[in-house]
Amino acid sequence: MSTSFRRVWAWPLALAILSASGLFSALVSDTWGDVWSWLALGLPVLVMTRYSLRRSQA
Amino acid sequence: MNSTRSVRVWMWLHKWSSLVCTLFMLLLCLTGLPLIFSHEIAHLTGKAVELPSSPGGQAAPAGLATLDSIVVAGRARYPERVVQYASPDDEDPRLWYVTLTPTPAPTDDYRSIAVDGRDARVLAEPRFDEGFMYWMLRLHVDLFAGLPGKLFLGLMGLLLVTAIVSGVVLYAPFMRKLDFGTVRQARGPRTRWLDLHNLLGIVTLTWALVVGATGVINTWADLLIKYWQYDQLSGLLAPYQGQPLVPEAERAPLQRSLEAAQGHLPGQKLLFIAFPGTAFSSPHHVSFFMQGDTPLTSKLLRPVLVDARTAQVTVAPELPWYLQALLLSQPLHFGDYGGMPMKILWTLLDLATILVLGSGLYLWVKKRRQVVAAVRAPSAMPPGTAGASASSGRSPA
Repeated sequence: MSTSFRRVWAWPLALAILSASGLFSALVSDTWGDVWSWLALGLPVLVMTRYSLRRSQA
Repeated sequence: MNSTRSVRVWMWLHKWSSLVCTLFMLLLCLTGLPLIFSHEIAHLTGKAVELPSSPGGQAAPAGLATLDSIVVAGRARYPERVVQYASPDDEDPRLWYVTLTPTPAPTDDYRSIAVDGRDARVLAEPRFDEGFMYWMLRLHVDLFAGLPGKLFLGLMGLLLVTAIVSGVVLYAPFMRKLDFGTVRQARGPRTRWLDLHNLLGIVTLTWALVVGATGVINTWADLLIKYWQYDQLSGLLAPYQGQPLVPEAERAPLQRSLEAAQGHLPGQKLLFIAFPGTAFSSPHHVSFFMQGDTPLTSKLLRPVLVDARTAQVTVAPELPWYLQALLLSQPLHFGDYGGMPMKILWTLLDLATILVLGSGLYLWVKKRRQVVAAVRAPSAMPPGTAGASASSGRSPA
């Protein structure tokens, strides 16, 4: 993997895989699966909220 | 992939697939918001029927009344109608709903009667075909246009999927020189919204794809069920071919049919009963739709077709893959399979999607104005826009 590929895609890929695991886990388990889905879908929501509201770069 | 020409092609695809579907997607995102909480809203507004603590003020009977007496009670109010479906409440199986229509054919003219399953007493006649939530549902499902409306929204959903895929392809050329999550706040509203569009779009990618694609699959539900009846059910029911609808007087007691179905698939939970001649049954069968008892199998159904005359199980076919896919795509679209935290996350992701749609529209309008201005006064064209954008990959519209 080239550095530029990693630079662009590392975050999106990680969040995509995380979200997919959360959407799936709650289907197969009503205990740990539900809890995992809250984390796995909640983290992307937190990431996008944080970056959206960040006041910095020009 | 990132050559100027292919970027231009992807931009064209992204622009047009989005533009055609955006207004409908905004409508679906907005009407979908209250639908996420339809269950809670029904309870809060008193639309949901609650079972009284003890039936009729007497000591509660040990078991349930027979299915026959529940159905008879439900029907008493509309004796001229027929029963199409009967189902226990998904939270409290002692509460039953009986659906009455003029004929066994599919119709919008139905009455739902809530019956106390313990003593077969009518509790209420809830209306599911009026009020705010009904409007939200119809606008979301078929735009009040029936099957053509569903299929139209499905087509818009396919365009959304196209827009998402092309948006992902365009993400790389846009972000090559930027760190993940960069939002250039000081560079004016257009740049800021472009960055937000990219950020929110790429983070909601998986969710939006899944909810979009499963929504599309749901629009095909009617067709998939019809196809199954033609493709598999008709073969299984070949011995009954040509026989007329079993008259009510010749039907075996429902309770016996129910027990036969439960005996055939012990341990499974009854979801609903489809009566003879209705869309989910055959003219000769009472069909019992059973669900499994694990999180996954509770989303899948298994119909048990019981001969209406003899109360003997004729067949309990496994559903084909396309109906299993349809059934699994429902929770993935509704977000109702992970408790209240998941519903809240569904809401936040829906709101983020509204921002992606809105910012996309805004960027397109802005870009158009700039192009028009540029055509009128080419020298006044701001750098990094219009003509220059295709090569630098800075603009989505």
